[in-house]
Amino acid sequence: MRYSGLKVIKEALTGHKGWKPIWRNPEPQSSYDYIIVGGGGHGLATAYYLAKTFKKARIAVLEKSWLGSGNIGRNTTIIRSNYMLPGNEPFYEFSMKLWENLEQEFNFNAMVSQRGILNLLHTDAQRDAYRRRGNAMILAGADAELLDQDGVRKMYPWLNFENARFPIKGGLLHRRGGTARHDGVAWGYARGADLEGVDLIQNCEVTGFRIENGKLKGVETSRGYIGAGKVGVAVAGSSGRVMAKAGMRLPIESHVLQAFVSEGLKPTIDGVITFGAGHFYVSQSDKGGLVFGGDIDGYNSYAQRGNMAVIEDVAQGGMALMPAIGRARLLRVWGGIMDMSMDGSPIIDKTPIEGLYLNAGWCYGGFKATPASGYAFAHLLATDTPHETARFYRLDRFERGLPIDEKGMGATPNLH
Amino acid sequence: MLIPHPLLGLRDSEEFAYLGDASLLDRPDGMAPDAAQNFYEYQHLRDNPAGVHRELWFHEQGDRSWLIVTRNTITHEILGAELARDIKLARSSGGAA
Ligand SMILES: Cc1cc2nc3c(=O)[nH]c(=O)nc-3n(C[C@H](O)[C@H](O)[C@H](O)COP(=O)(O)OP(=O)(O)OC[C@H]3O[C@@H](n4cnc5c(N)ncnc54)[C@H](O)[C@@H]3O)c2cc1C
Repeated sequence: MRYSGLKVIKEALTGHKGWKPIWRNPEPQSSYDYIIVGGGGHGLATAYYLAKTFKKARIAVLEKSWLGSGNIGRNTTIIRSNYMLPGNEPFYEFSMKLWENLEQEFNFNAMVSQRGILNLLHTDAQRDAYRRRGNAMILAGADAELLDQDGVRKMYPWLNFENARFPIKGGLLHRRGGTARHDGVAWGYARGADLEGVDLIQNCEVTGFRIENGKLKGVETSRGYIGAGKVGVAVAGSSGRVMAKAGMRLPIESHVLQAFVSEGLKPTIDGVITFGAGHFYVSQSDKGGLVFGGDIDGYNSYAQRGNMAVIEDVAQGGMALMPAIGRARLLRVWGGIMDMSMDGSPIIDKTPIEGLYLNAGWCYGGFKATPASGYAFAHLLATDTPHETARFYRLDRFERGLPIDEKGMGATPNLH
Repeated sequence: MLIPHPLLGLRDSEEFAYLGDASLLDRPDGMAPDAAQNFYEYQHLRDNPAGVHRELWFHEQGDRSWLIVTRNTITHEILGAELARDIKLARSSGGAA
């Protein structure tokens, strides 16, 4: 079934009785050529591109819970291509180009909204750093504009410009950045993959790997053994514990990041605003809720919930930036578990085990990467060579002294 | 979270700075022939367990001692805290740790 305006009108007039489930619910087969572990955004996108673009058959996605139950459905939905390093920016710009055509590509409304992202700056040094970042973005084909204080005032006159510690002196504006409906992205890729014949298998947890003489044969699951030619693992916050089952230790720790939604308010914020110095970022959903977040809680966690101290810290950051939100009620708070890599950058690579591939280390920024991550991982699985925009995301880069240190804090693990 | 400091009693975890896996106490020998590999593993690789985890917390807003806290990473339950100094000293004097 293809979606169209005509179909929506017809259904509206006939009581919405013609909509069907948008993917099958098949039983697992005894073996597949390709198995993707993890039915999150990255796993589903990988399966989609593997089937559609690289024309591979016999693919399954194994998800321990329901599709989209992980971070793809828990994030604050920001998409952007405002990185700086040559190892990163071309990849995120590739992702942005895929976002820009995503809904046409998979015929599903993912509510991709290029509402613009403004990174606020507070010091002369930060202005210099943002000018440099903006130039790097433009060189990679992205867009960037440096705004002075008046430029920011025109957009958001109600921000607290005179904050004693972090007065707002300008901002880096990335107009093509914005937000997308996170569940819609997962569902769109799932439907697209299903239409290409991929078996999406839910409630199927991978509990082990069958490896013989350094070569992968298949996976043990909660629904029995499934043989596989190649297995790609894309389990986000579970990377450490899943790869431990294959005997690997990773340059990754799992940490919790919280997100927040306020009660619905009148339209106030039409874009995304980030206040990096105060650890706060915010946008407004189409329902009117302010969607915001801040820092990770700061210690290893698999709890999918955070602690009060960070809630307070994020609220303080928000109040410092926009005192007007002080009266808004907080409706919802939740946490997601992220795989924090030791340099803050991802890994898309083969592993030392033949036939086993890894997509991990997305930290708190992997939602925007979903299309490019899926494409690049599918490219690697299908061709055994890295996609040109992902060739720096090697697993052995720490050993070889080639971390991708986007934040400019030195090669310091623990400072993701 | 409240951390049971061995000297000071229950303290709010917000008084502490977190450093991560307690295995960081076991710094490899920089003069050993395989030092490069050992330091790579020491610095970057983690067991990252879901469950009981021994980890380093620095009492920055308090007595500035280093603690080894045993904590469950699934429930956030804190199972115990020891002075890192005691553990290191016990090890260097050949005692069990
Ligand atoms: C609160 C929060 C806010 C964020 N905000 C942003 C943002 O604004 N912009 C941005 O770019 N990024 C953001 N991120 C990061 C982003 O959400 C993640 O990096 C990204 O979603 C991870 O990829 P994924 O979608 O594939 O992960 P997931 O959706 O977590 O997919 C992994 C899947 O693997 C499954 N799985 C795990 N173990 C097994 C197993 N053994 N067998 C089978 N399946 C298994 C899980 O159930 C899960 O469904 C945020 C994250 C959080 C938590």
